[in-house]
Amino acid sequence: MKNDIILAGVGGQGILSIAAAIGMASVNSNLHIKQAEVHGMSQRGGDVQSHLRISDQPIASDLIPAGKTDLIISVEPMEGLRYLPFLAPNGWLVTNTTPFNNIPDYPETDALMGEIKKVKNHVAIDADTIAKEAGSSRASNIVMLGAASLFLDIPFEKIEEGIKQLFGRKGEEIVELNLKALRAGREFSEKNKS
Amino acid sequence: MNKQLLLGDEAIAQGAIDGGLSGIYAYPGTPSTEIMEYIQGSKQAAELNIHRKWSANEKTAMEAAIGMSYAGKRAMVCFKHVGLNVAADAFINASITGVNGGLVVVSADDPSMHSSQNEQDSRFYAKFAMIPILEPSNQQEAYDMTYHAFELSEKLNVPVLLRITTRLAHSRADVQRKETKKQNGIKLPSNPRQFVLLPAIAKKNYKGLLQQQPAMEEESDKSTFNTFINGKNTDMGIITTGIAYNYLMENYPDRNCPYPVVKISQYPIPRKMVTELYNSCKSLLIIEEGYPIVEDAMKGFMNIGKPIHGRLDGTLPRDGELNPNIVAKALGLSFTEGQPVPDVVKNRPPSLCQGCSHRDVYADLNEAMKDYGTGRVLADIGCYTLGALPPFNAINSCVDMGASITMAKGAADAGLVPAVAVIGDSTFTHSGMTGLLDAVIENTPITIIISDNSTTGMTGGQDSSATGKIVQICQGIGVKPEHIRVITPLKKNHEDNVKVMKEELAYNGVSVIIPQRECIQTAARRKKMEKKQ
Ligand SMILES: Cc1ncc(C[n+]2csc(CCOP(=O)(O)OP(=O)(O)O)c2C)c(N)n1
Repeated sequence: MKNDIILAGVGGQGILSIAAAIGMASVNSNLHIKQAEVHGMSQRGGDVQSHLRISDQPIASDLIPAGKTDLIISVEPMEGLRYLPFLAPNGWLVTNTTPFNNIPDYPETDALMGEIKKVKNHVAIDADTIAKEAGSSRASNIVMLGAASLFLDIPFEKIEEGIKQLFGRKGEEIVELNLKALRAGREFSEKNKS
Repeated sequence: MNKQLLLGDEAIAQGAIDGGLSGIYAYPGTPSTEIMEYIQGSKQAAELNIHRKWSANEKTAMEAAIGMSYAGKRAMVCFKHVGLNVAADAFINASITGVNGGLVVVSADDPSMHSSQNEQDSRFYAKFAMIPILEPSNQQEAYDMTYHAFELSEKLNVPVLLRITTRLAHSRADVQRKETKKQNGIKLPSNPRQFVLLPAIAKKNYKGLLQQQPAMEEESDKSTFNTFINGKNTDMGIITTGIAYNYLMENYPDRNCPYPVVKISQYPIPRKMVTELYNSCKSLLIIEEGYPIVEDAMKGFMNIGKPIHGRLDGTLPRDGELNPNIVAKALGLSFTEGQPVPDVVKNRPPSLCQGCSHRDVYADLNEAMKDYGTGRVLADIGCYTLGALPPFNAINSCVDMGASITMAKGAADAGLVPAVAVIGDSTFTHSGMTGLLDAVIENTPITIIISDNSTTGMTGGQDSSATGKIVQICQGIGVKPEHIRVITPLKKNHEDNVKVMKEELAYNGVSVIIPQRECIQTAARRKKMEKKQ
């Protein structure tokens, strides 16, 4: 079993919280893991990405080879497209549709959606709205994780367990909210994977 | 003990704590910052009373660590690669003094310049200083090497350089810990003159260092961190250094590389191993994350031996970070490529935060400079360097930390009057103060803007040694009190601030303007912490 995942977003959007949850679930499943993060300059509102590799075998490289990524999780619609050179022919793009617009030449939504639809396997999800419905727009990354979880070879219960561990300190209410967000994202993917 | 998921930086930090560390000295710099931050956040380090405060710059950090070593305890210094330039004087001379307590220097290189001005390779410095290098290929090795490095340093009586690169520093993997060693007690050097580098003593010490070289080579040849991996196909032998080994193995999923491989993670280059490889193979491929240092050594100036391939002959790119596909190409293997990036995807460069005080400073400065024209603002390194980009286009230089004030002085000496320096608070106390003294002594007509956000912003908001002290420092250095102007960079103060700047630009001597407003990121974090308590 091997999942090569790229997380994409903009500095400050908190993609590492998704990585942490998957990492926790992987450790709990006794899998090997390598996770290359971006720290430093780009965190000031620039594009950021994280390569996350999980496997039942030892992992060599911290970086995923181009054309070999099984899953791109993007917390905003343009950033996922930036890593298409890394996507495997049968890989999945799971992307949030809510744009993060902090540049003057940010593309039109229609143009972005057009490109997303060209990707053979994709799920485009309005994670911000779904998160709000689940109780807090701040849980949108967890909605994304839920949507992406369908394409991971980790049992869903292990991911739920990871969420409980990550948010446990913040109290039962926060844990429940995030579990709700997680399940809502998962449900969306089940219904809308194309 | 359970395995822990650690960044390469964190693995080094934990390895040091467990290896008997008594003090870490560092100045922040990507990708090294998380080493100190981990130790500062570690309960265990607090219980062990390990010294763990940021230093004013890399030189002061290096020297404090030498002092701790002098007193017999184990010390570690951490910085980014260019920090080693700042610390170089102390670093090189520490190899002449030798050590008492183990001394480990961590320098984090940044190939591909993700967050740096250059991609210099710190291994050159260790060769220059004639000391061993440890270069881990993964997080577990990063832990194990740091754990052992202090003993190696004490055994060989030299500092040891631990060289990492961005990818390892900022990548997480599981790490198995070892038992925590006891710290050394205070113990003065057995030779009271060991650290007195008067020529007569230095000459003796230096001869000692030279005599130690074979012992260092022997350590490398014996080291379990260097391995000779047999392979059937001797048409080519491969040498990898540090994490380059991972990119090689990524191309052989079952680890069945057909060629013999020497994996180097400890230097001096293990002579016996590479000689055996050279003698048994028809050609060599050298894969290094960084400059072609081993390749250069293997080729020699005359390059008259067997074919040696690598970065110097174009088999691998001459610059930048490696990755699995680059290495596949060098091996003549097929590799995959995904789809191209669609045209709708636009660049998203880093930018100053909305609400950042530097934004107001540049709005004020651009207005004040209108009458003088462009090209007069010499700046420095920090978040405020982003003022070079649109919409501000406000600054004309960024060379090395501290260079703003001194470059403005040089430009003014050349006749470019007024010349302006823009420098951050942490950069000012890092290496701006001495340049200010130069300007004060000659009363050079420059206007210095110390954009004080009371934090070390660029590297994530570490405490700044300058906080609350800048006015006093400037007065102490001799800037006239009436030409030290503190302003508050806010939109509502725009006109007043422009007026202050214009007044000081017109003054024919040294003036310092200090726009003071806390970094919004640091402020938000501070408020969150205060709420928690
Ligand atoms: C010699 C050296 N050490 C460290 C760094 C990393 N670094 C870049 S900017 C900076 C500090 C910036 O702090 P400050 O001057 O207060 O400006 P701010 O980012 O807060 O605006 C550091 C530590 C470097 N580039 N060079």
